Amino acid sequence: MTAQFLIGCGAGFSGDRTDAPIPVVRELVRRGGPSAIFFETLGERTLALAQLRRLEDPGEGHEPLLEELLRPVLADCLAADIAVIGNFGAANPEGAARRIAGLCAAAGVPDVPIGVIEGDEVTALVQAGKLTPVGIDASLHDRPLICANAYLGAGPLMAALAQGARILVTGRVADPSLVVAPLAHHFGWDALDSERMATATLAGHLLECGSQVTGGYFADPGWKEVPDPQSIGFPIAEVTADGGLTIGKPAETGGLVSEATVKEQLLYEIHDPSSYLTPDVTLDMTGVTVRAEGPDRVAVFGARGRVRPERLKVTVSVDGGYIGEGEISYAGPNALSRARLALDVLAQRVPQHLRLRRDLIGYRSVFADEAAKEGTGFPESEDVRARIAVESDSAREAEAAVREVVALLCCGPAGGGGARTQVRRRVHTWSATAARADVDAGVRVRVAPARRWQEAPHD
Amino acid sequence: MTETVTVPLHRLAHARAGDKGDRLNVSLIAYRPEDYALLKRLVTTERIAALFAGRRPRAVERYELPLLGAFNFVLDGVLEGGVNRSLGLDSHGKTLSFRILAMPVEVPGDHPAVHQKMGGKS
Repeated sequence: MTAQFLIGCGAGFSGDRTDAPIPVVRELVRRGGPSAIFFETLGERTLALAQLRRLEDPGEGHEPLLEELLRPVLADCLAADIAVIGNFGAANPEGAARRIAGLCAAAGVPDVPIGVIEGDEVTALVQAGKLTPVGIDASLHDRPLICANAYLGAGPLMAALAQGARILVTGRVADPSLVVAPLAHHFGWDALDSERMATATLAGHLLECGSQVTGGYFADPGWKEVPDPQSIGFPIAEVTADGGLTIGKPAETGGLVSEATVKEQLLYEIHDPSSYLTPDVTLDMTGVTVRAEGPDRVAVFGARGRVRPERLKVTVSVDGGYIGEGEISYAGPNALSRARLALDVLAQRVPQHLRLRRDLIGYRSVFADEAAKEGTGFPESEDVRARIAVESDSAREAEAAVREVVALLCCGPAGGGGARTQVRRRVHTWSATAARADVDAGVRVRVAPARRWQEAPHD
Repeated sequence: MTETVTVPLHRLAHARAGDKGDRLNVSLIAYRPEDYALLKRLVTTERIAALFAGRRPRAVERYELPLLGAFNFVLDGVLEGGVNRSLGLDSHGKTLSFRILAMPVEVPGDHPAVHQKMGGKS
C-alpha cells in the first residue's frame, strides 16, 4: 500500500469527448505510482436502449464508442499498471469484454486479466413481485417491461480486483462505486467503514461527470471564464490513505479546477445533501469545505458517512412508445405571428387524442411552453422556430403527426422554411428498491485472461 | 436606511441544474461567500415556488450549505414527468438554472453587484 492513489476519469457520459482519456493517461503515467482510470457511460435510459440493441444483435448492447475510447490508451494503461474500470458493459458486459480482449490482443497483451461483473439485471425480481416501488407514478407499471437493473455497489468490483483483474467491465453500478472500488482495494479499506467510504464516494461523485468538475458546463462569458474550453482536461483525484482528497487535471490541458467548479459539481444531481444514498454509504455533504491549493488544484474536506442503505435502488425500464418532433422556421417582419399561426394550424391537424406540446424556439421554449400563461416569453424575436412534439404508442401515428409540419411548407403561413422532423422510440422508467440479498444472489464476478474472453462463444 | 436596487440574481451567484426522474435540483452558489446571508433572505423557498408555479411543483425544498456559501433547491414534479416522458426540448431541465439566475432581487444600494455589469469571480 502506498500513501497516495490517483484516479482519473475518462468519460462522464455516453457521448462524451472520445479523446479525453489521452491526456489523463499521459498524466497518470508521468506522475507514476498506483492509479486507475474509470469510464462512466450509463445514463438513466442508456441501459434500456442498450438492452433493445442487444435484443436485435446479441453481440451489441455495450457502450457503442467503447473501442474508440479505449484503443488510444489501453496499451499505455496496461504497461504502467493503471487499472481500467468502466460501466461500458451496459446491457452486455461479456460482449464488451470480448471487444476489449480484441484490443488487448492487438496491443500484444493477450493475458491481461479482465474482470466481468454481471447480475445488475434483475428483471426476474420484477416478475417475481420482489420489488418495492418508489414514488407515485403507477401508470407505468402496466407498460411492457424491457429490463430492470439494480445499482450494484463497489463490493463485486473489489472482489474482481482482489482476483487480479486489471480491467473491469460492469453494467449498472452506482457511478461513485466505480471510484470507491479501486480506492478501497488499494488502501485495504473496509467496505463497512463509513468514514472512508464517504470520502471515496465523494471523490467518485465529483469525478463521475468528467469535465463537469474541471470547467465543463461552467463557462458564462464575462462571469465565469474557462480557459481553452475546446480542450478541457478531465479530472484526476489524489486520494491519500488517511482520506485526503484533492481534485486536479492533467498538465497542458484546457479547463479549470476552482473552488467554484468543485462546488457546482458537488451539488449536481443532489437532493438532501445530508443523505446522498449510494449502495456503499449514506454520504453527508453538509460538513464539506473546499480550498484552492494552487492552480487547478482544490482540496476537499469533511465528507461524513453513515451506514449504507439496507435496500438497493432499481431502475425499471418499460416501453415508452414514440415521440415525434417537428420544427419549422419563420424570420423577418411579423415572424412571431406567423409562427404562432403555424402552431394553431398544427394543433388542429394533429389527432386530438395525442399529447401535444408546442414551442416557439427563440421566444418561449425551454423555460415554458406556448400553452403556459405565465410571462416567461423573451423580447419578440424576428428569428423564430415553431416546434411541436407528440407522444404515441404507434410509430406510424407519430410519423403522420409530424408530417403535418412538413406540409406547412405549402399549406402553412407565408415564409416558413427549414422543416425537420424526427420520430424516436422512447423508454420510460420507474424506480424501486430490492433487498440486497435478492440482488446479491444473482451477482456474478468472473476474472479471466483477455484471450479467454475473446474465445468465449457468443450468446 | 440604504435604498435597495433591483438586479438579476445572476450578478450575485452561479448555479447548476440536475435531474432525477421528475425531480429538479438547482444549486445556487454565492460568488462572494459574504453574500450567503443576503441570498438566504432573498431567495426563499416561497420565491422559488412562485417562480415555478406554472409547472405546479408538488414540493419545493431549500437546503442550506453555509460552509460552501450555497443552497440546493429541490423541486418535485416540475419536469413534465422527467426526461423519459417530457415532450419538451430540454427534457432534463438543464437550462432552468438560468431561470433562477434571471430572477430579480433587491439588494442594498451600496452592494457591489449594483454597478457590476460583468466579471463575477470564479
